[in-house]
Amino acid sequence: MSAPTGIGAAAQPSHFAFDAENLARATTIIARYPAGRQASAVLPLLDIAQRQCGNWLPRAAMDYVAGLLDMAPIRVYEVATFYSMFNLEPVGEWFFQICTTTPCWLRGSDQVVAACERKLGIHVGETSADGKFTLKEVECLGACVNAPIIQVNDDFYEDLDGPSTERLIDELAAGRVPPVGSVIGRQKSAPDGGPQVLKTIPPRYEWTLEAPPAPPAGSDD
Amino acid sequence: MLQDKDRIFTNLYGLQGPDLRSAMARGDWDRTRDLIAKGRDWIVNQVKESGLRGRGGAGFPTGMKWSFMPKANPDGRPSYLVVNADESEPGTCKDREILRHDPHKLVEGCLLAGVGMGARAGYIYIRGEFYNEASAIQRAIDEAYEAGLVGNNACGSGYDFDLYLHRGAGAYICGEETALLESLEGRKGQPRLKPPFPAACGLYGCPTTINNVETISVVPTILRRGATWFAGFGRPKNAGTKLFCISGHVNRPCNVEESMSIPLKELIEKHAGGVRGGWDNLLGIIPGGSSVPVLPRSICDTVLMDFDALREVRSGLGTAAVIVMDKSTDIVKAIARLSKFYMHESCGQCTPCREGTGWMWRVMTRMVEGRAELDEIDTLEDVSKQIEGHTICALGDAAAWPIQGLIRHFRPELERRIGEYKQRAGRSALAAE
Amino acid sequence: MPKLTVNGIQVEVPAGATVLQACEAAGFEIPRFCYHERLSIAGNCRMCLVEQEKAPKPIASCAMPAADNMVIRTDTPVVRKARKGVMEFLLINHPLDCPICDQGGECDLQDQAMAYGFDRSRYQENKRAVPDKELGPLVKTSMNRCIHCTRCVRFASEVAGVEELGAVFRGEHMEISTYVEKTLTSELSANIVDLCPVGALTSKPYAFVARPWELRKTESVDVLDAVGSNIRVDSRSGEVLRVLPRVNEFVNEEWISDKTRFAIDGLKRQRLDRPYLRGADGKLAPATWSDALAAVAAKLGSVPGSRIAAIAGDQADCEALTALKDLMTALGSPHLDCRQDGARLDPSAPVGWRFNSTIAGIDSCDALLLVGTNPRWEAPIINARIRKRWLSSRLPVGVIGPQHDLTYKSEYLGAGPQTLADLADGRHPFAETLRSAKAPMIIVGQGALARADGAQVLALARRAAEALGIVRDGWNGFNVLHVAAGRVGGLELGFAPAAGGRDVAGILAGCAAGEIDVVWLQGADEVDTSRLGKAFVIYQGHHGDRGAHRADVILPGAAYTEKNATYVNTEGRAQRGRIAIFPPGDAREDWKILRALSDRLGKRLPYDTLAQVRARMAEISPVFAQIDSVVPAPWAGFGAAGPVDTTPFRSPVSNFHMTCAISRASATMAECTAARQAALDARTGTHA
Repeated sequence: MSAPTGIGAAAQPSHFAFDAENLARATTIIARYPAGRQASAVLPLLDIAQRQCGNWLPRAAMDYVAGLLDMAPIRVYEVATFYSMFNLEPVGEWFFQICTTTPCWLRGSDQVVAACERKLGIHVGETSADGKFTLKEVECLGACVNAPIIQVNDDFYEDLDGPSTERLIDELAAGRVPPVGSVIGRQKSAPDGGPQVLKTIPPRYEWTLEAPPAPPAGSDD
Repeated sequence: MLQDKDRIFTNLYGLQGPDLRSAMARGDWDRTRDLIAKGRDWIVNQVKESGLRGRGGAGFPTGMKWSFMPKANPDGRPSYLVVNADESEPGTCKDREILRHDPHKLVEGCLLAGVGMGARAGYIYIRGEFYNEASAIQRAIDEAYEAGLVGNNACGSGYDFDLYLHRGAGAYICGEETALLESLEGRKGQPRLKPPFPAACGLYGCPTTINNVETISVVPTILRRGATWFAGFGRPKNAGTKLFCISGHVNRPCNVEESMSIPLKELIEKHAGGVRGGWDNLLGIIPGGSSVPVLPRSICDTVLMDFDALREVRSGLGTAAVIVMDKSTDIVKAIARLSKFYMHESCGQCTPCREGTGWMWRVMTRMVEGRAELDEIDTLEDVSKQIEGHTICALGDAAAWPIQGLIRHFRPELERRIGEYKQRAGRSALAAE
Repeated sequence: MPKLTVNGIQVEVPAGATVLQACEAAGFEIPRFCYHERLSIAGNCRMCLVEQEKAPKPIASCAMPAADNMVIRTDTPVVRKARKGVMEFLLINHPLDCPICDQGGECDLQDQAMAYGFDRSRYQENKRAVPDKELGPLVKTSMNRCIHCTRCVRFASEVAGVEELGAVFRGEHMEISTYVEKTLTSELSANIVDLCPVGALTSKPYAFVARPWELRKTESVDVLDAVGSNIRVDSRSGEVLRVLPRVNEFVNEEWISDKTRFAIDGLKRQRLDRPYLRGADGKLAPATWSDALAAVAAKLGSVPGSRIAAIAGDQADCEALTALKDLMTALGSPHLDCRQDGARLDPSAPVGWRFNSTIAGIDSCDALLLVGTNPRWEAPIINARIRKRWLSSRLPVGVIGPQHDLTYKSEYLGAGPQTLADLADGRHPFAETLRSAKAPMIIVGQGALARADGAQVLALARRAAEALGIVRDGWNGFNVLHVAAGRVGGLELGFAPAAGGRDVAGILAGCAAGEIDVVWLQGADEVDTSRLGKAFVIYQGHHGDRGAHRADVILPGAAYTEKNATYVNTEGRAQRGRIAIFPPGDAREDWKILRALSDRLGKRLPYDTLAQVRARMAEISPVFAQIDSVVPAPWAGFGAAGPVDTTPFRSPVSNFHMTCAISRASATMAECTAARQAALDARTGTHA
C-alpha cells in the first residue's frame, strides 16, 4: 500500500497545457515581474490553470506551471496546497464558499449553511449528485458589513438569510444568475435604507500649493 | 460628526463610477505633477506632519516608515512600494470599498508614495477572493497608464513609476507584510524572520515599504489639503479621518468614514442605527477586528475609537472593524469561532502558533459546551501566553488576545457553563444508575 | 567584531555571527531543533529563545545577528518559561512511542524533554495523525513524530541540490512530503536521517536493529569512493550495523553518501571466509591456509620474476600494497600496476594524480572546469562542496565530457579532448573565464584518462592548467578526481610498473601472449578477467566477485571495516581506517597474509608489526608520515605529448550505487538501483 499523497480520489489528467489565450495571459503576467523573478507569477498562473480546468487544479497543471516558471515541482505543490483557493479536487459548476467566521455567524450564517444543506441535500464539503453545486465553509471573505455572505465562483452574494439563500440556489439551478451583491438591494456597504452620509457627493476640493521650486537640473527625484 | 466636505472617500458607497473621468471629477489626479514636483522630502514631511498612522492594524507612523527607505541606491537595487490589499481580518471590509469604488485614490497614492520613498515600481497585493475588486483596480491602473498618469514620465513629472496588480490565493497570513512578500515572490506565505526588515531587504531582497490600501489612498488628499487639515481630526497622535466597519448586531451594519477618536457609542448610534434592541442590549464589542480583545459594555459606553484610547483599555484600534454583539450572543462560541479562524490561518511555520492555535480551539470548543474543568480556564490562558510573544509574526498574538479578552471580561460565563455541564452530567449519571 | 554580554560575560564574535553563536562562545548552550550550522536559518522551532535587554519579547537567538552592546540573558524565568512552552507544544502532538522508536537514545527531543519537559501532559485532546511517506529504500518515515523543523527540506534543496522535499499544506496540517510519492534522487539522501532531530526520518535498512547504547563505535574512513569520508562504524557482536559520518571540515564536513552509509550489508554477503584452491576438476575447493600458501609459494617459486605480475584493486589498503610491492620486488617482478581501469596517470609525478587544491580548496574556487567526470556520481561529497560554492558565489562551471544534472548550473563546452585543446590554446571563450579568475580549478576525471590517449589528455590538461593560470604562485587548481579509494595510495607507494615493467594493458597482453604466467590480483575485480589467458591467478580479497571467480588460489582478506589500514584519498591525504570487527572465518588482514607468504618463499618481508609496515610506507612516500594532512606536491611535467582522438569522454561510473565488490553484494544498493531505474522508466513513460 502506498501512503496517501494529498491528491484527491478524482481522476488526475495525465496532461495539461495552457490554451493559446491563457498562454498569452500568462506571458503578460510573467512580464510584470523582474527578469529571473518569474516564480512570482505562480499564484496567478495556477489560478489561470484552475480556471481552464473547470475550477480545480490537477497535478498535471501544477507540473506544467512549474515547468513554465522554471520552478521545482515540489515548490509549486507547496504553494498549491498552502493557499485555500486552489481546489485539489473537482468542484461543482456553482462553487459555494460560505463564510461562517464570527461577523457572518453573528448575522446568521448558520441559517445560510442550513439552507444550503437542506436545499441541496448535501453537507458542507460535498458536491451535489448532479455535479452542479459544491458547498464549502470558508473563513472571513472581507465583506463583514454585508454579512452573511456566500462567494459563488467569483461573485459575492451578500446580506443573505435562509430564504434568500434558497432563492439563490433556485435561480442558479434554473440557469439564471441573480445580480451580484446585496440580495436585499442595499447600496453596497451603505446602511440598509440608503446612505446616512454622502447622500450627494460633495464638490471637489479646490486647493492651492506654494509654487513648486524648479527642479534642479539632472535631479529626477 | 464628520462633515461630507471633510470626507476623503467621497465615493465610498459607489454612487458614482470608479472610472478615471468620475475620479477626476471628484478631485483625484488634480495637478499631481505639482505635488511630485515638491519633491520626495516634502511629501514625506507632509505625511509625517499629518500624523497619519498605518491603517492596516499596527498603526505605525507612515511618514517615519517611509523615511527608513534608503535615500540612494548605490548598490543598484531598486526600491519597491508594496500595497497590502490582502484585507482578511474578520470584521474588516473597508479596503474593498476603496478598491472597487475609489481605485484611483489608491493608484494616485501609489505614485505619490513611490516618489516619497524613492520607489520606481509598486505592487498591489490583493486577496484572491476579491476577484471583482481586482478587476476594478486593474481597470484603474490601465486607465492611468493610458492617460500617462503612471508609467514613464508619470503625470509629465519626469518620474517613472510602474504599478502592478498581484492577486493572492486565499491566505489570511499574507496580510502580514513579510508573508505577503514571500507570497509575492511565488512561495508559501510564511512570515520572514526580522531583522532584516523590509526597508533594508524586502521584495526580491530590495528596500521595500509595505502599506495598507487606506493608508496609501489618503495620501493624495493629505498632500492637497495639507497636513494640518488631516491632523485636525482626532486626538493628538491619533490624527485623521478613518474608515470604520460596523458589523454584527447593529440595526444597520455599514462602512463609514469618520473622525478618529469618535466615541464608540456615537459611531454605532449615528451610523449603524444603534445596537439591535438598544444600547442596553449590548453584550460586548470587538473594536478593531478579530485580533483585538473584546470589550464589555461598561467600557464601550465611553471609550474613544483611537489607537491610544483602545490600548488603554487593553484592546486595540486594529483595523477599526467594530464587531458588535448583543445579549443574545453566545460570547464563548463567538470567540471560539475566531480561534478556529486562527487555527485555519496559521501558516504552520513556527511551533507555538502551529500547535497552540489548534490546542486553544479544541479547548474553546469544549468551553462552549462547558465540557471542561474549572482549572482549564487558567490552562487556556496560560497556553495563550505561551504563544503570545513567542512566534515569528503577530498571528500568534492575534490568536491569543481574543481568548485573553474573553477570560478577562467573561470568566464568570465560562465558569457558569462548566458548572452547568457538570450538573447535567451528574444528573444523567444519576439517571443512568 | 561585535562585543556583547551574555549572562554577564563579555564576548566578542565574528561579524555576521548570531546571538546563538555568541551564547555558545560565552559557554552557554542553547537548545535548538531547527537550527543547524550547515543549513539556512529557519527560526521556526522557537526553542532557542533568549532574552535581550530592552527587547519587548524574547528573541530567537539562532536568527538574530549579534550586535555591539547587546545584553543577552539565557537563564531568566522568561527564557525558561518560553522554552518549556515550546517543548510542551512540540510534545502535544508527538506520539509517546519512544520505546518503539529507532531514534530512542539519540533523540534531541527526548534529551531536551528531560531538561524542559513536564512530567505530565496538560493536553487533553486527541493527537494528530499524519500519514507516513514513502521516500524509497533508505529513509523510513514516521510522520506523527515530525516536529516540522524543516531541516530535511533545507538539506535537500540546499546541500543535496534536489528540490524534492517540501512542507505541503499549512498550519497544523503542514506535512513534510514529496507530495507525489517518489524515491529521493539524491546520492546524499540519508543525511536527512542524521539531521532529523526526532524519529520522523530514520534509517530503513537499520530499522529496529539495535539501540545506540548497544553499539561499539569505531572511528574509521570510508573506501567506497576516493573521497575518504570520515565515518563511524557502529558494530555489535561482530557485525557492522551502521555507518555514520564523522565531522571533518577538510573532507566530508558532516555528510556521507548513501553508498558509504548503506552498502555495508554487502559486507555480509559473498564473503571469502576461507582459502580456496582450484582442483584438478577445475573447481574451487576450500583449502587450509597452509595448503593455499604452499600452492602459491610453489607457483611463484617456479617461474622467473619477469613472468609474474600484480594488479591492485580499487579498495586495496596501503599496508597490503606495501607488502605486495616489496614481495614482487623480491621476486624480481617489475610488472605492478594499481591502475586497473587503465588510467594513464603518470606514476612519476604526484602533482599529476592528486586533487591538489584540496577538497576544502573548492570553497575558494571562482571558476571551475570539469573534464571527463560526473562528480555527482563519482564523489557526491565533492559535488556537494562544489554546489555549496556555486550557491554562495554562482561559481561558473564549464563541462567537457558527459553532461549530467550536477545539481548546479554548468556550461557545456564540448564532448572530448578537442575542446580541452581549444581551451588550452585560448580558442574557447571559457578560457577567459578561467584565466581571469583568482582561484580557477580544473577537475580531471578518470573518464578522461582511462583511455588509449589518456596520457596525451593528461598532458593537455596540464598545458591548459599552465596556460590558463590554474596553477600559479600560491594556488594549484589542478585536480584529478579518483573513484577508487586505493588508487592514490598505490601511486604514492609506487605500485606501478618498475623499469621494464608492464602496466595493466601490458600484463593482459602478456597473459594473452603467454609471456606472463602468474597474476596476483590484490582485490582487483574490475580488470577484464577474460583476458588473463592461461595465467595462474592468485586472488587476495574479501568478496567472491569477478576476480575470485577467475582465481586458481583464493587468499581471503579483510574488508575495510575489519582491519587497521591506511588509505590515501584523492587529495593525497593519508587517513587511517580502524578495525571495527574481525574478518569472517579464516580471513586475515591482508599485509599479514603477504608477510606469511614471504616466509614460505624464503623472502621474508622486513616487518613484523603494523608499526613496522607503516614505517616502511613512510620511507617510500612522505604522505604516510603526515597522517590526516595533505603534503603539497611540487608542480612537474607529466603526461605524454602526442595526438588525441575525438572520442567523447565518459564517466567511469554508470551506476552510482554499485561500483565495487561490496556495493555489488549489497541488497540495499540493489534496491536503490531498482528504485532509480523505476523512476527513470516512469519518467520516460510519462513523456512517451
